[in-house]
This record gives sequence, structure tokens and C-alpha cells, in this order.
Amino acid sequence: MSDNRIGERLKNGLLIENPTFVMMLGMCPTLAVTTSGINGLGMGLSTTIVLTMSNLIISLLRNVIPDRVRMPAFIVVVASFVTIVQFLVQGFVPSLYAALGIYIPLIVVNCIILGRAESFASKNPIIPSTFDGIGMGLGFTCSLTVIGCVRELLGSGKIFNMVILPSDIYTPITIFVLAPGAFFVLSVLVAVMNVVRKKMDAKGKPLAAPVGCLADGCAGCSMANSCTGKLTADKKGGE
Amino acid sequence: MKELLLIIIGSSIVNNVVLSQFLGLCPFFGVSKKIETSAGMGGAVIFVITIASFVTGLVYNFVLVPLGFEYLQTIVFILVIAALVQFVEMFLKKSVPSLYNSLGVFLPLITTNCAVLGVAINNIGNYYDKGYSIGLKLLYGVVDGFATAVGFTIAIVIMAGIREKIEYNDIPGPFKGSAIVLVTAGLMAIAFFGFSGVI
Repeated sequence: MSDNRIGERLKNGLLIENPTFVMMLGMCPTLAVTTSGINGLGMGLSTTIVLTMSNLIISLLRNVIPDRVRMPAFIVVVASFVTIVQFLVQGFVPSLYAALGIYIPLIVVNCIILGRAESFASKNPIIPSTFDGIGMGLGFTCSLTVIGCVRELLGSGKIFNMVILPSDIYTPITIFVLAPGAFFVLSVLVAVMNVVRKKMDAKGKPLAAPVGCLADGCAGCSMANSCTGKLTADKKGGE
Repeated sequence: MKELLLIIIGSSIVNNVVLSQFLGLCPFFGVSKKIETSAGMGGAVIFVITIASFVTGLVYNFVLVPLGFEYLQTIVFILVIAALVQFVEMFLKKSVPSLYNSLGVFLPLITTNCAVLGVAINNIGNYYDKGYSIGLKLLYGVVDGFATAVGFTIAIVIMAGIREKIEYNDIPGPFKGSAIVLVTAGLMAIAFFGFSGVI
């Protein structure tokens, strides 16, 4: 986190703190839009644009926005860019807009974006913040594309609409492109990451801890500051 | 009447908000360890989504459409929802402390819950931009919001029930924790998929 060089920020987003595989953030779009490689790529790139631009603006305004109203201010910035991206996708790639539908406006509530605004862009200068957005966005894009390709391959025998496994040698398991398949693919991914995590711990190079919704509790939730962990406190009190 | 019934069944069970639309996954995974907590969360979600779909319906139909500002929907909706949740929390704390004690802790968590915004945005395409009369638009929007939230509650309570049992099971090492919860969610999604022929 301490290193603000451009290369470090990109590597951090793509590998060390990869939002999907390592941090387990932004699970709603990850599950919903990865029905094919191209949808994952489109969603990832849209999120990257929003993330980069909002990081840039929030970093510019970091000394102007009063601390008490920073969350609403961040939300307005993010929502403006989401609206812009929504119209760009609708205008130039209508097929993608039809496929992603409601998940484009829902980029507003993607915890990666508010999370990066809160934990990085509001505390760091413009250039590192911008590249942090690009790195995180590309990390998210790569993860979504990979998950999308796996689901597309298992579910229809294709990758990016090109037939890889012809239907005479492989019977597509259609469920993988439907809703239940998303949960199964993600569960296997989490299990694999658990094994990788253990191996890296044994090597003495532990991965960053996951902070998202799957990591129990609201530590990774972008609203954690405003809700002050009342829920986790309540749960501990109850047990 | 028939339309209302179709909306209720369709939004609560057939197109279940969690298991087929993947909205509101954070509370679904985060708050589903115990049945009581998850039922409380479900109650809070029903409360907030019903009010939010009514208020966003009013804002869209009576402010944004007459002014020609439909394109501001995302920004306006997220701000309206955030302000509304804060307001509801304050109101409950002051006036209905008993309800606040059971739902209060969950309310702030719901602000950025994508299900609330998702319902509001879905309502635009499904009802507000269609040729219904203004009263029907609002009614359908609210009923849809209520039914969606009921669907969320059904899903999260079932999930909590299963998770309470999973505690005692012997699970392969790498699948311990969230991975087995995802497998459970996948199996539940298959079960709910069976309803898709109902409507």
C-alpha cells in the first residue's frame, strides 16, 4: 500500500490485491454478468472506466470535500460517471447494453469503487490514484473475463463465441451459463483460492486477506464507516 | 388483480432477487449465519424496499419525467435511497423504538444494497415507462418492491436454516467457510430454477 509508483499500483491491482480473486469484492456483478467471456470483458471495462475517472476526480477533490459528507459526495461522483458510461455503452455497443442491462447502473453500488475511493483515492495524490483505478479495474476485468470464459466453455463449448469443443465430442452443461452455475464456479474458485492461500502462508508470503461480503462481516463494505460495525458488535453480543 | 398476483409470484419466487438476479448478495452471505438475525435482516429489507420503491416512484413520475430529467435516474435514486434510509432510521429511533430495536442495526447496511437500487431501476423499465395510469404505475412499483423483498427474505431465511445445520457437518478443508455456502446457494438456485415455468 505504501508504494505509489505507477508500476506498483498496476501490479497491486492486477495481482497482489486483485479485487475478485484475492479481496473477494464486487461479487454481485461477478456472478451476474459472467455468462460469457465477452460480457465479462464488457462489464470489466465499463467498471474500469468508472473506477479510473472517479478515483481521479475524488483524488483531485480530496482536500475540498468535508470529511462528514464524503460518502454522499463520492456517491455523486461515481453515479455521474456511471450515467456517462451507461449512455456510451447504450449508444456505441447496444448488444452489450442489452446483455448487461440493469448491472450497468448498478456499478454505482459496486463495493470496489467506493472502497477504493475511501481507502486510496481520498488519501493519495492524483497520479497514483488514477493508476490505482486502472490497476484495480484491469484486475477486475481479467477476473471477470476468465470466469466468463470458463462458464461459457463449460456451458456452451465456446469461448468468445468461437466453438472450442464441438458438440459431437462434448455435451455442453447448460447449467453453467444459468444462475446456479455462477454459484458453483465461484465456490470452486473460492476453494482453489483457499488452497493457494494456505500454500502461500506456508511459503511465508501470505496473500492479502479477503475483505468482501464473503469474508464474514462488514469489514470490506464501503459503508462500514457509516454503519460503525453495529451489526458485528450485535452478533458478538448475541453469541 | 390478476396482474398483481403475477407480479407477486414472479418477483418473489420465479425471478428471486438473490438466486436468479444476484442482487443483495452481501447481506445474503454476510448475515445468514443465524435464523433470527437473517429474519431481522429480511424484515428490514422488506421495510426499506417497499418505502424506497414508493418514494423513487413518486420522484421519477412527478419530478424527473415532467422535467425531462429521466437520464439523472441513477444519481437521483441512489441519493434518495441513501437519504431515505437515514431518515427512516432517525424516525424509527425517535418514534417506534421497539421496531428500531429489532431492525435498527440492519438499516445502515441496506443503503448501498444493490437490491434496493435494482428494484427502483427495474420498476422504470417494467412499469413507469409503460402506458399504465399513474396510480397503477405507483401501485405496481410498490407491490413489485414488496414482493422482491419477500423473495429476499425467503431466500435468506432458508439459507440461514441450512447454514445452522452445515455447522455440524464434515466439510472438505478448502470448502470450509464461504465456499460451501456458495455451493448451497447454487443448489438453492437450482431449486428455484424449477419455478421458472410457473408464469
